[in-house]
Amino acid sequence: MLEEIVFWFFALMIIGSALVVVLSRNMIYSVFALLFTFFGVAGIYVLLSADFLAVTQIMIYIGGILVLLIFGVMLTSKITGVDVKSGQTGKVQMFFAGIISLFIIVLLFYIAVSTNWNRVESTAYEVNSTIEIIGKQLLTNYLLAFESASVLLLIAIIGAALIARRK
Amino acid sequence: MGVGLTNYIVLSAILFGLGIFAIITRKNAILVLMGVELILNSANINFVAFAKFNKLNIEGHIAAIFVIMLAAIEVAVALAIVLNIYQNYKHINVDEIDSLKE
Repeated sequence: MLEEIVFWFFALMIIGSALVVVLSRNMIYSVFALLFTFFGVAGIYVLLSADFLAVTQIMIYIGGILVLLIFGVMLTSKITGVDVKSGQTGKVQMFFAGIISLFIIVLLFYIAVSTNWNRVESTAYEVNSTIEIIGKQLLTNYLLAFESASVLLLIAIIGAALIARRK
Repeated sequence: MGVGLTNYIVLSAILFGLGIFAIITRKNAILVLMGVELILNSANINFVAFAKFNKLNIEGHIAAIFVIMLAAIEVAVALAIVLNIYQNYKHINVDEIDSLKE
């Protein structure tokens, strides 16, 4: 019962704030609604007993990506003028885009409901924390992916600094 | 009925559709990036939900960690490109940009 209440709370929070992200005319409102979407997804992770991922979500998405996006909005729009408004395409494109995304949602909904997922509930497999398992897995089975991720991060830092600097 | 796997998959499907809608309709490059973030989050919800309902299989969590890391890299590089475009064009409407240098 409590699980259902928490799930529906976070689900409504995610969908409502994602609607604001998608439909708002003001870019600043969109970015701040994205904050609540990320928090809702972190709550869903906690409900799915992924504690490490929930903390990672809050630290990287909210502490890193969202701050970067806010910087991007503030640096590229004229705050004093009227140009903060988000440029959206016309009504016809909105209509067809709505049809397409609604079709995708209905298709995925049909697949999710009609498929027999053959699931195994995790209630028998109790763990206190997933951090220890994730750490061991990352440094044994996924060591190559882990190390190449660090190289990729280095490349991305150098590339971003090289692209964004003033001439 | 309790909260099952289907609830999480439907939630991520709705989030995915909203992300597609944002990518199609928005002109501003940063708002298109936000649509991409919504889609990556919906994929992550799917990974973690399938991990939970397969005896808490940890491989889904690791895939989600790598997706989060790639999202951070993608936003950093994309924002560098967007700032560069803004210096050249004085706007970032993706439908009017046809070249990366002046």
